[in-house]
Formats: sequence, C-alpha cells, structure tokens
Amino acid sequence: MPDTITMQVARYRPETDRAPTIQAYTVPLRAEWAVLDGLNYIKDQLDGTLSFRWSCRMGICGSCGMTVNGDPALTCGTFLADYAPGPVRVEPLTNFPVIRDLVVSIDDFMRKLPRVKPWLIRDGDSRIGAGELLQTPGQLDDFKQFSMCINCMLCYAACPVYAAEPDFLGPAAIALAQRYNLDSRDQGAHERLDLLASPEGVWACTYVGECSAACPKGVDPAGAIQRYKLTAATRTLREFLLPRAAR
Amino acid sequence: MTANPSPARLYRPPVSRLWWLRRRSYLLFVLRELSCVFVAWFVVFLLLMVDAVYAGNDSYQRFLDWSGRPWVLVLNIVALAFVLLHAVTWFNLAPKAMVVRMGGRRVAPRFVGAAHYAAWALVTVVLAWIVLGGS
Amino acid sequence: MARPSRTEAVTWLLFSAGGMAAALVVPVLLLLFGVLFPLGVLAPPAYEHLLGVLRNPLVRIGLFMLCALALAHWAHRFRHSLGDLLRVRALNTPIAVLCYGAAVAGSVWAALVLFQ
Repeated sequence: MPDTITMQVARYRPETDRAPTIQAYTVPLRAEWAVLDGLNYIKDQLDGTLSFRWSCRMGICGSCGMTVNGDPALTCGTFLADYAPGPVRVEPLTNFPVIRDLVVSIDDFMRKLPRVKPWLIRDGDSRIGAGELLQTPGQLDDFKQFSMCINCMLCYAACPVYAAEPDFLGPAAIALAQRYNLDSRDQGAHERLDLLASPEGVWACTYVGECSAACPKGVDPAGAIQRYKLTAATRTLREFLLPRAAR
Repeated sequence: MTANPSPARLYRPPVSRLWWLRRRSYLLFVLRELSCVFVAWFVVFLLLMVDAVYAGNDSYQRFLDWSGRPWVLVLNIVALAFVLLHAVTWFNLAPKAMVVRMGGRRVAPRFVGAAHYAAWALVTVVLAWIVLGGS
Repeated sequence: MARPSRTEAVTWLLFSAGGMAAALVVPVLLLLFGVLFPLGVLAPPAYEHLLGVLRNPLVRIGLFMLCALALAHWAHRFRHSLGDLLRVRALNTPIAVLCYGAAVAGSVWAALVLFQ
C-alpha cells in the first residue's frame, strides 16, 4: 500500500466563487483511516479553511454525508484504503444547495420532517397512572427497521425524483412517517394521510430504489414508500366512497 | 462582527438531463420503465391476432405469415426481452412492497417472492397448454 | 394544504393490477405467438382450435381485462417516465392526458375486437 493518497476536494467560497472548484490535497494513507480522517488531516495540517460537517465519526449522527467518487456516503464509514491508489473525489451531498465547501443546506428536509408528524399521536391524553403503553417484540419488529434512520440525507442525494422535483417529500420523511404509522402505540395514521397521499408524497416515487441502496442503516425507505402506496390508495378511495365509515 | 450577516449565496448544482446514464442502476431503472412500451405493443399484437382469427382461416394464416416477417420477428424478440425484464423486476420488488402475515407472523420476503414465481410458472404452463392444446 | 390525490390512487391501483397481470401472462403468450410460432420452432395452433378458445366468453372477458389493465399499466408508467426524462413541467398535464386517453382508446378498441 502506498504511503499517501490524493484527495480531490470540492471548494466553494460564496464570497468569491461563482461555482465550486476542485482542490487536490495529498494525505497519508493509513489502513484504518476513513475519508473523514483525511478531511480532518487536511483541515488540521494542510488547509484550515476547509469547511465540512462531522460529529460522532461512528455512523450514528448522520452529519458527515458527502459524495465520494460520485456515490453518496458517510465519510466516517468510508475508508481511504478502499480507493487506493486514488485519487478520491469528495464533493458535497448531491441535490442540496451548497453553503460552503462540503457543507450543504438541509433546510428543505427540516421543513418537511415536522409536516409528516414524526411523533406518537394518541386519541386523547393518557394519565400517568394509567401505566405504560405495552408492546410485544413482534409489534416492535413491525416498525423497528424504519426507526433506524439517522437523517443523514444520503437517500435524498441518491433519489432522481428528488433531484428533479424538490417538492417531493422524499424517502427519509416518508420512512419516518411509516415508523409511526406502523407503531402499535400510534393512533395518528389518518392525520398523516393528507400529506403522504398527496401528489408530493408517495405518488411522486417511481420505485427507483436508489434510496435503499444508499442507506447506511438498512432502513429500506423504498419499501416503506411502496407499502404505503397501497395504504394510501385504499384509504383515499374509502374516504371518497364511504366518508363516514372511514373516519 | 455583525449580529445577522447576510446569507451567503447558495450554490445550486444544475441537474443533468442525462442523469440516467450516470449509474448502471439508473440505466437499469429506465430500461425497466420503458418495458411498459413493449407491454403496450403486445396488446396491439394480441388484438391484431384476435381480429385476424375472428375474420377467418385465411386472415389467420396471413397474420401468421406477417408475424414471421423479419421486422415483426425482431420487434417481438426485443419485446420479449423487455417483457421478461418487467416480469423479473416486478416479482423481485413485490416482496419488498407487501407484508404478508400468516398465523400472526410475517412471511419471509423470499417466500413471498417464491410464491410469485410459482404463480408465474403455473400460469405459463396453463396458458401454454390451452394454446397448444389443438396442434 | 396537501390533500390526498384520488386520481393518483386510482391510476396507481390500475397500474399495479396491470403490471401483475402483464408479468404473469404476457411472457408466455409473446414467446409463443411472437417468437416460437413465427420461427417454426413449434407448430401454431390449428385454426379451429384457436377460434374455439377465443370464442369462449370467459376467454374474451379475460383477454379484455388483460388488455385494459396492461394499457393502464403502460399509461401510468410511461407518463411518469416521460416526465422524468423530459423534465419540462408545462408538458406534464398534456402527457398525462395523452397517455391515459390512449389507454382508454385502446381499451375501447379491445372491446370492439373481442366482443364483435
């Protein structure tokens, strides 16, 4: 294994640049180094002006998503040695506006997420004295996979529909809605229907499946969306045909 | 240091119209979607045949000759490839889109997929038997 | 305020049914009538036999359902694909009208052929 590897990193300085450019850096190639370690080496030793987001460096916070050699990836879980002899190209996450260098604006997602009401909705309040909401392991399995989402946005970066249609709710938001729809403790599915069954909801998805391929946590948002299409279709028509019975 | 600096100019990358050529998985997706055109072609082909059969033996023979013409044959071979692509991708994706419960437990996705393929085999055999029954 | 779309619900259900029907039925029929019979690998069915099969009312209804659903499947998928590939927002409604309209027209043709 060679000693070093070249990292081609996208730079964008809004004060001076019209568009991003690529700047090359040579970093040590250590067997256990992730792309994120390379970026931190650049910032510490070579170029303190490089800006990027990161936090836990262990694949749970969802902060360090970027485009590595054209693929959306968590840079803390993507290893430099896998790209030897290089070069490795690191760009900001696709389909999001770039604030600076490798930092993107995820305001769009932050606006969409609360709209799907990703919290337990109950009919009326329960008193503490009434006790806990009980759930069997089988009921947990129904939604557990969709609760693994770390909001890293790699699925949005991979989705060609989101690329063309920014109004699309998107894989993570719909998967997170399903996490609650399928939770036995939740009673709010009909509250989420309006948004999920609208044209910008599940109907914009054409089951490309790239979101699930990109997901680092195995959430399978594509599957979540497809399952909801049947629910959305039947509920929408039931409400149209039998408005009182459906409520 | 200003308390509220003006927002920096966000850079919005342009989206290429040839996005589907960028990755093999995107290309496969587009091919899968275009398979629907050949499904529609089959409907046309089927209706032409049925029309020919109802019109008499002569027109049926003329239809058979026509379906042997090179361009029709090539079109149908290509169509068959695309229709097979449609069927395989459909049956492979179906288990991810449906959760089947039996006896309170979830049926494993591979069994749901296997059931689809089994149904496909059964339908194929039955239809072939019906069509070939007379020759 | 987002509202559930009834048209999408209906078109998607038809698309799904059509996709399943097409996946199950079309391959063998296309293989036989489109490839094996014209190539001479298998002898085509005798006229009387095929006429007998196609005269059966259940067969007529079944084929009509197949045609209508397969066309609905084509219309929905083709409309979305054209939209994704062309990406011209102003064309979205005309494309949808043309596709679903063609599916309806094709279904009418199927009914005329099969129930003559």
